[in-house]
Amino acid sequence: MNKTGNSRQFEIIRTLAAVGIAMAAAVIIIFIVSKEPVNALYNFIVGPFTSLRRFGNILEMACPLIFTSLAVCVMFQANQFNMIAEGGFFFGALCAAIAAVKLPEITGVSVTAALLAGGIGGASLGAVPGILKAKWNTNEFVVSLMLNYVALYLGLYLMNTFIRDTNAGSKVSLKFQEGFRLPNIVPGTRIHLGIVIAALVVILIYLFLYCNKWGYSLRITGQNSKFAEYSGINTFMVILFSQILGGAIAGLGGAVEMMGIYNRFQWSALPNYGFDGITVAIIAKQSPKLVPAAALFLAYLRTGADIMSRSSDVPSEVISVIQALVIVLIAANSFLSGWKHRMLVKQSMNELAAEGGK
Amino acid sequence: MIFDIISSTSFWYAVLRVSTPILFAALAAIVSNKAGVVNIAIEGTMLISSLTGVLFSAWTQSVFIGVSAAVAAGVLTALILAYFSLNLKTDITLTGIALNLFASGGTIFLLYLVTGDKGMSGSLKSLVVPSWDIPVIKNIPVIGEIISGHNLLTYLAFVSVIVVSVLLYRFPIGLRIRAVGEDEGAVASVGLNVTRIQYIALMLSGVLSGLGGAFMSMGYVSWFSKDMIAGRGFIALAAEAMGRGTPVGTMTAAMVFGFADALSNYLQALQISAELVMMIPYITTIIGLFIYSTKKKNNK
Repeated sequence: MNKTGNSRQFEIIRTLAAVGIAMAAAVIIIFIVSKEPVNALYNFIVGPFTSLRRFGNILEMACPLIFTSLAVCVMFQANQFNMIAEGGFFFGALCAAIAAVKLPEITGVSVTAALLAGGIGGASLGAVPGILKAKWNTNEFVVSLMLNYVALYLGLYLMNTFIRDTNAGSKVSLKFQEGFRLPNIVPGTRIHLGIVIAALVVILIYLFLYCNKWGYSLRITGQNSKFAEYSGINTFMVILFSQILGGAIAGLGGAVEMMGIYNRFQWSALPNYGFDGITVAIIAKQSPKLVPAAALFLAYLRTGADIMSRSSDVPSEVISVIQALVIVLIAANSFLSGWKHRMLVKQSMNELAAEGGK
Repeated sequence: MIFDIISSTSFWYAVLRVSTPILFAALAAIVSNKAGVVNIAIEGTMLISSLTGVLFSAWTQSVFIGVSAAVAAGVLTALILAYFSLNLKTDITLTGIALNLFASGGTIFLLYLVTGDKGMSGSLKSLVVPSWDIPVIKNIPVIGEIISGHNLLTYLAFVSVIVVSVLLYRFPIGLRIRAVGEDEGAVASVGLNVTRIQYIALMLSGVLSGLGGAFMSMGYVSWFSKDMIAGRGFIALAAEAMGRGTPVGTMTAAMVFGFADALSNYLQALQISAELVMMIPYITTIIGLFIYSTKKKNNK
């Protein structure tokens, strides 16, 4: 039996075990805190499948998660711990909102322009830690976290100054023009064309990372930047470009979300899709082709938790326990490694025995 | 206008007050970094400690138990970080990210279970650490107004600068912690347990983060609100880097960020867009890190 097939099988088992343990922990917590644990669990696990609208919620929520986790995949694969997916998503959504209020309406062109605005907005945010890291080796982790707050407050400022609806009671923008909306594609739900765009971006990023010289340079730099440098890869450009690309994907995701679900900008805080994107990227092992499945899984958990918090006494934040455990267990090199070791030993013993018998 | 603010004694009093949590967190960052463990979970640790302090002081009506519980929660969080990163060999950055996510959601979860509210702990009668008028000094004009009458935890933060210095540079454990950070292999080769030393460093880091968290909900304000740390744990990482890991340098950097934070608080009262003003501490941190890294590059 070949070695790679075996270790892939092991990785799958390990990921499933991590998810299983995390889910079990959540179930235990629900039983401890709830007065009606069975009802809560039923709503959490089965709830998302009880109506078309709820099932639609899963796909609606997976869409932004796919974008943010792809952004994280690209940056983490280049070994850049950049957290800009959060702020980039928010800022991209805001840039798209400004476009959708201010730009003239031209059929077909309008919505593309808004999405482009979102992508550029996100990319310009990603460029800041990118340049600082590439040129001066500034810690991109702290810079990007700080930049998330800057994106939030700058975004709210721009919203207040340029597109606020002064007649509305709360701080929201003017309504978007009709031509800027991404059309709904499944009647009875809010699933919109954005999910198709998300699928396209998944394919593009996969091709970029695995079938392209640039993507190869990016991955090599991420695995060993010294080696990459000595083999003539322009690591400066990789470090910069990976973070700009990450910001752009997150920004595009924000724009898609805004144009697909909302009819005016109404966020007053960061929506947390960027940090959820990290969870998704870790479950997907930072591989774009696994991102959709991982995003659907987290979206399913979130949808279930929302239903649970509405129909029982357990708040939806119980998911944060699952998320944290999944991340640390999947990323834990020693988790189940003893078992893997025994499996390898047993297998080689069998092979030896088989050879000896010949 | 800005001159009026900066020339007032109450502004400088505020600088010391808002520097407190950043200083505690930055000291926490020093201790763990010296042992070669980058503790990015300080942010989440502070958040968990803030809530713990509020809950225990409300239940027991004792400030001491409240602060002690906050510190214990800080140590416990640090132990979780240590277990995953040192024993299970999880990437420390990912463990930190996971703990921060957990802290953010977990505190809201717990707050809701206890109070039925997801935003603030207003309904709990939690206590505040008392403040102290320093005898004699309080009567000195200007200086007395600035450095007297602070929360006890603020004084403890500045005392901790000395404690951490002495611990790191005058005690055997400090030498061991620094040695592990310099060269793990060398420490292991003389028969010392590297993992144990890193555990101790992370636990100390947890104590300091816990105190920082306690100050936020039992001094800075008298309640817990969701995500109330607002990046201070990360600003502290920047302060540690800019202070080049020395306690006094880090204290200076923490106070620069405290200055930016206080300025932002003061300017919000004026007729300037609150959103723009709230960006000040974060932009200052980015600029600070940038200046630090350009200098570091030139020195090479």
